Amino acid sequence: MGSVYRHELSSAFTGLTAYVFSAFLLLFGGIYTMAYNISMRLANFELVLQSISFLFIIIIPVVTMRTLAEERHQKTEQLLYALPLTMTQVVVGKYLALVTQFLLPVAILGLYPLALKLFGQVPMEAAYAALTGFFFLGAALLAIGLFISSVTESQSVAAGLCFVVMLLNYFLESLAELVPGTAAASLAAFGAIVILVGFGIYSMTKNAVFSAVLTMLALAGNLLVYAWRASVFEGLFASVIRELSLFSRFYTFVTGVFDWTAVVYDLTVIALFLVLTVEAMEKRRWSE
Amino acid sequence: MIEVSHLTKRYGSHLALDDLSFTIPEGQIYGLLGPNGAGKSTTMNILTGCLAATSGQVRIDGVDIFEDPMAAKKHLGYLPELPPLYMDRTPEEYLRFVARAKGVGDVPGELERVMALTQITDVKDRLIRNLSKGYRQRVGIAQAILGDPDIIILDEPTVGLDPRQITEIRELIQKLGENKTVILSSHILSEVQAVCDSILILSRGKLVACDTPDNLERLLTGGTALELEADTQPERLEKILGNLPGVTGLTVGETADKHAWARLETGKENLENLSKAVFFRFCDEKLPLLRLTPAKASLEDIFLELTGGKEA
Repeated sequence: MGSVYRHELSSAFTGLTAYVFSAFLLLFGGIYTMAYNISMRLANFELVLQSISFLFIIIIPVVTMRTLAEERHQKTEQLLYALPLTMTQVVVGKYLALVTQFLLPVAILGLYPLALKLFGQVPMEAAYAALTGFFFLGAALLAIGLFISSVTESQSVAAGLCFVVMLLNYFLESLAELVPGTAAASLAAFGAIVILVGFGIYSMTKNAVFSAVLTMLALAGNLLVYAWRASVFEGLFASVIRELSLFSRFYTFVTGVFDWTAVVYDLTVIALFLVLTVEAMEKRRWSE
Repeated sequence: MIEVSHLTKRYGSHLALDDLSFTIPEGQIYGLLGPNGAGKSTTMNILTGCLAATSGQVRIDGVDIFEDPMAAKKHLGYLPELPPLYMDRTPEEYLRFVARAKGVGDVPGELERVMALTQITDVKDRLIRNLSKGYRQRVGIAQAILGDPDIIILDEPTVGLDPRQITEIRELIQKLGENKTVILSSHILSEVQAVCDSILILSRGKLVACDTPDNLERLLTGGTALELEADTQPERLEKILGNLPGVTGLTVGETADKHAWARLETGKENLENLSKAVFFRFCDEKLPLLRLTPAKASLEDIFLELTGGKEA
């Protein structure tokens, strides 16, 4: 794991990705600090972090796109398979290298509240709670980006796909509010998702019967619950989506609350996507 | 030592490897030969743990590659068909990464030893992207032999190289084969013949032969023949050779430079006697022999015969 980590990190710093990562966050971090904290004389650094969190939509695809897709494209993944390394070591090593690249701008942003403090009162706890939330949000999104990079051979496809997923993530809450609060609308939305997941399972397992049966069962389950007590579904879709949104959980930090559940949720997302990435890599050993 | 038993690999409905079994003893150079698509790369990918088999067993120095891949891979060095190189790194950086991954990053002098052996010390600080194909291949081989594994597996190591580079890589392989087990794949016969102690011939996923180059030749050469050339007309040649004892078949013809040639088929044991008889017969006729050679089936013929002759 250490070898992959060091290799990835030195590649990132030999190339541009690590610098792009830092430069982007710091440039916009600086602009918003100027605007909010200096021009508008607000003491809250959290607002800066909230404002620059939209940058993830762009940077996450850029820094994660090549991580595994390029290995596959250049056939260097053969080396990773042949070396005495487990796929878990490879994936975790690569992921930690990404997180380290992210940690650099986060650490520099961490100096801003200290600098601002020289000129007046700054709510430090709130600022650093928000920074922690910001870090975990980024770390979770990096894990998603890494997974997307593992399912395709092309960097541009990985970047495009990742961009769409990040965009969806960012606007998830607003999108969820578009779904009417009625029970029937929720049921329809869940049905659509079940069918989508069914297709996803089919594309991964290539087992039509298995995925069809699973989809049918899930749909039937939904219908049964709906028939039993339709009121359960009222507004359910929107609230589930809100719970799933990584960004909305980060905004809780911005309001000054250190939300442990959000940290746990982010860690769960990280673990889930790392496991999925390892599985995606292992699967290729079987099918190609 | 590599033991392969009943190895089968399916890609959907396509049977890439069909019940392959063989054993490769220590300290020999084995050639895996076969036309394109015979299953050479698939076999090598499975042996090195890069690919899972549908069924069957592979043991590397007694360790099952599917059950304990980490332990088995420590005995292996692998150069895939396309050298897995990071183009934006230098050979030294690249090899340092591989050395660390193999757990030999701290062994002093290991990197230098490997670079000296593969003669890439001069280019160790250049980007791999800027290296010639021959050098890239060497970096690939250097990667495979890092950590001094007992078994080195090279997939088409000389493909796409110029003749001088081919000779250099072959010499390197022979040097490695002095105390390691080396398996190399190729679809070029002369290459396998030149460097290998033994040859495995694959055709459509099946093992069709496994023997030394000499034995393969002997095994598959049914009858033996003599070929000769003399400064005369074919008709006269036919008359002279017409009633020699032990000849089972005679063909005569004319060469491009107006000489007559003949091919005499005979049983295996008779070759020497027949040569003497031909010599004395020509002496009697006071006719000079320009050429007299035993003709035997070449590996090329064997290969074509075994693999069905079409794709070769």
